[in-house]
Amino acid sequence: MSRALAILQFLAGDAQADRVVPPTGFTARLTVFVSATMAFLTVFALALSLATGRLAENWSDALAQSATIRVSAPDGQVEDQVIAVMDVLATTPGVADARALTDDEQRALLEPWFGPDLPLDTLPVPRLIEVIETPEGFDAAGLRARLAGEAPGAVLDDHTRWREPLVRAADRLRTLGLVSILLIAATTGAMITLAANAALAANEQVIRVLRLVGARDAYIARAFVRRYTLRALAGALVGTLFGALAIWLMPEAEATGNFLTGLGFRGVEWLWPFTIPPLAALVAFMATRRAAFATLKERR
Amino acid sequence: MIEFDEVSYGYGGGPLLADVSLRLAAGSFHFLTGPSGAGKTTLLKLCYGELIASQGRVGLFGEDARSLGRDDIAMVRRRIGVVHQDCQFLDHLTVAENIGLPLTVSGRTATEEDLGELIHWVGLDGQRQSRPPELSGGERQRAALARAVVMSPDVILADEPTGNVDWDMSLRLLKLLVELNRMGKTVMIATHDLNLIRTAKQQVQARVLRIASHRVQLAGADL
Repeated sequence: MSRALAILQFLAGDAQADRVVPPTGFTARLTVFVSATMAFLTVFALALSLATGRLAENWSDALAQSATIRVSAPDGQVEDQVIAVMDVLATTPGVADARALTDDEQRALLEPWFGPDLPLDTLPVPRLIEVIETPEGFDAAGLRARLAGEAPGAVLDDHTRWREPLVRAADRLRTLGLVSILLIAATTGAMITLAANAALAANEQVIRVLRLVGARDAYIARAFVRRYTLRALAGALVGTLFGALAIWLMPEAEATGNFLTGLGFRGVEWLWPFTIPPLAALVAFMATRRAAFATLKERR
Repeated sequence: MIEFDEVSYGYGGGPLLADVSLRLAAGSFHFLTGPSGAGKTTLLKLCYGELIASQGRVGLFGEDARSLGRDDIAMVRRRIGVVHQDCQFLDHLTVAENIGLPLTVSGRTATEEDLGELIHWVGLDGQRQSRPPELSGGERQRAALARAVVMSPDVILADEPTGNVDWDMSLRLLKLLVELNRMGKTVMIATHDLNLIRTAKQQVQARVLRIASHRVQLAGADL
């Protein structure tokens, strides 16, 4: 409670104390610009991180629960082998459901490559069987061995081969997004430190006069810290609003294809960008405070 | 109030002040004189904690200056009013705001009542809303003096306060400092203006200290 009160008092400020430091044009503009730009970039890094996290989860969940059996056999044997595979699956623990794809479904799958009028009955296209697993899953090695005995033309693809690299890549993208956010925060801190140092150097006489009349370090530092914190807050607010607007204006997933599906915020995720301005203010607060006390420590 | 025990100080090329011992008692009036570069300003800076003695002990209100942290020094400076020759102000504030600055930094509100009487006392009624760069040399010195005393400090240190003003203004400033001393304040003025010292001695019982050959000694009968 007392901490919240202290934050409110800090934000409300002291009109007389605020006036002791003269307005500094260049460093003020630099701080606002840097905060706005970095907040804008953070919105995108956050969107990327959340989207890739979601993607990794989707791929992991969706693919982990399904497998495909491909049946290739000479003419006349395909249907027999499909029946044999279905029989094997019916007695395999961990298989929740299994069904052979219809001709129309197979045609739809191949349509992007061969067009809509594919003559499936005249082409040696393998039959596909979709297998839905129970949460416990099945024993892939055991199933393969049984299929080899009952339906030699059947090949089990449990998606592991290409699922793992995809999930790994998505996980890595999410990590990169988070690292980007940390780097942006560090860069913001460094830039604000530079701006604060420039302002402290430009106001050397102000500091000397304040010291002469008995101002404590905390008083002098507060005059600078509050100013830079509020500038960073204002800049980050503008940058966040523009960033969020840009994400909101991105094309819908359906129009852009699967790869960009979900590159944005969904539902309560829209609250995440609005944590950026207070965090930017916190970074500015710590950076300026550190710079101010370091400068004041050098002078008695 | 302020005590020096065998204090030495140098800027790197040998001592500027050596084995200085002195005591500024409550209500005393001192002049500090000596040629330019003798160390008058350095001695004053030792008195308000801006410099720390290389050797010896400087006592500020009973505390060893060397043991004081920066916040302690700030508290000491609220008890010592300092007037510099090149009076430094915050140029973006008005004269009245500058004079009230010590109150502001100590968390007190500079009221009209606090400042009005003081500004009138130093004769700056017409300049209270002016900015420091608009003031003449004498007006700046009087504003600096008003700022130095607004907290009602125990000690007033003035470094060449009449260096940039004419004789009439020097007398006016001296009169203000003598009045403060009569109110019980300890006053120390660093100056090389011997006429000012002679004039002051007609108005107040003042001791004159002279810096010569890095040491502080009591001036002779000529002063």
